[in-house]
Amino acid sequence: MTERERDSVSGTETTGHEWDGVKELDTPLPRWWLYIFYACILAAVIYWVLMPAWPIGNGYTKGVLGFSDRNNVAADVGALRSARAPMFERLADASTAEIAADPELQEFARAAGESVFGDYCRTCHGAGGAGAPGYPVLADDVWIWGGSLAEIEHTLRVGIRADHPETRMSMMPAFGRDGLLTPQQIGDVTEYAISISAARARLDPDRAAAARGAVLYQEQCAACHGATGAGDRNFGAPSLNDDLWLYGGSREEIRRQIELGRGGVMPAWEARFDPGTLRALAYYVHEMGGGEPDAPPPAATPAAVPEPTQNGPPSAPLR
Amino acid sequence: MWKFHRWFERHSLILVVGILVVVSIGGLVQITPLFFIESTIEEVEGVRPYTPLELAGREVYIREGCYVCHSQMVRPLRDEVERYGHYSLAAESMYDHPFQWGSKRTGPDLARVGGRYSDEWHRAHLENPRSVVPESVMPPYAFLARADVNTALMGNHLRANRFLRVPYSDEQVASAAIDARAQAEPLNAHAYDFEQRYPGAAVRDFDGNPQRVTEMDALIAYLQMLGAGIDFDTYQAEAPENTR
Repeated sequence: MTERERDSVSGTETTGHEWDGVKELDTPLPRWWLYIFYACILAAVIYWVLMPAWPIGNGYTKGVLGFSDRNNVAADVGALRSARAPMFERLADASTAEIAADPELQEFARAAGESVFGDYCRTCHGAGGAGAPGYPVLADDVWIWGGSLAEIEHTLRVGIRADHPETRMSMMPAFGRDGLLTPQQIGDVTEYAISISAARARLDPDRAAAARGAVLYQEQCAACHGATGAGDRNFGAPSLNDDLWLYGGSREEIRRQIELGRGGVMPAWEARFDPGTLRALAYYVHEMGGGEPDAPPPAATPAAVPEPTQNGPPSAPLR
Repeated sequence: MWKFHRWFERHSLILVVGILVVVSIGGLVQITPLFFIESTIEEVEGVRPYTPLELAGREVYIREGCYVCHSQMVRPLRDEVERYGHYSLAAESMYDHPFQWGSKRTGPDLARVGGRYSDEWHRAHLENPRSVVPESVMPPYAFLARADVNTALMGNHLRANRFLRVPYSDEQVASAAIDARAQAEPLNAHAYDFEQRYPGAAVRDFDGNPQRVTEMDALIAYLQMLGAGIDFDTYQAEAPENTR
């Protein structure tokens, strides 16, 4: 390479480029910058040695540290599970009374239950179990399928009208949509349902229509909701004697439910949560307001669904 | 060296070619080996090609830009695994063209949303997200319930996916339009044949309107199968090819 021209003012070499008499200084890079640059290159080489870096043939260089995101998360989650395991084990065998008697266990069950409820349940059942139309209130003492700790846990495990083989299953016929009753008859049954509920004071049912509806009620509804409308938890048939309505308590809304026979779907959570988490969640829901005392565990087989008297709805579960 | 450089600087076309060569080295080194590494796609059971209706729902998902706010990628981090479930595997996206991993989470990750809510909840949520999630900023998609799925094009969708090596059979391609309807109509005469062609796929009226097969049906069918049915017991997390 030939000796390059030096600028007379700064004493720095020029690049040798010249455009219309304008020449370019070839000022060297600042030392501090250059050394940092070299250090970066060195760091990169060290990184290649230590960490997974270069693809080669049928794999890649693994690095001498054996770093793996998937191994790390497995270790992290494993550590978390083993840290929680003693508490979950105690929780798994504990009754509500035992949990309530042990402040440490109770606090753990509440915290674990609240966290899972916030992630998975709140979107339907509302913050604090306040419920929404079609999604039952969990904070009161009215239960459709049962309110003891074991019953709540069973519901969580198998879901309602879900795709679990033991799921809680029942289906109210759509008396209007499927033509099982005439609109006139549905009006009569609506009046009767109001007359046996605590809503009679505010909705003032038509006595003559209710009398006609009483006959239809015994034929069509009493098998699940009971002769007096007390409901039956084996069929998830709510009580009709109170003034709480899953799909709304106006005359029109009650009538609409008899027409459509809607039934909500709750997913089965058995596959998603371990037994300890399910117990914590059940305890959290139990404690929301109206948990009932412990009762014997529910039967393993799902309750049989009584057939409606005329052509029934499709047997596939609606979701 | 200096003279060589002069050659590049004085011929713009040579410079452009030189730039392209240099820039592509980075990409080629990172991407090309992935086409040949067999272990990129893990072995796990339960991943199946989309049914025609689910594929139509996926098209709606892409058309409406759901990926702009929702990712479909549970990262291998403790808090994500705690909240969403098992971290996502490459195998779960093997029939996705293109994949919907995303990188922006204004809403939650959807990789494991299947089976988490009822169809009715999805319906209410898509029609008016605030009705079930008061703090949501998601726009309403009520119009999906009024738009019929264009089943006539379903065969072409499957054919395009088959071109990209999704293993659809000739029978599945030929009956795509029928299958798209049958999945949303449990009383449809072809529902049984559909279940034979796509074992494990759910047959229900997803949108609560038995008279029509709408884009709401399609989108809910798609959402309800995301992450569902994958058997992680068959995934060997400790196997050397799966530790990354």
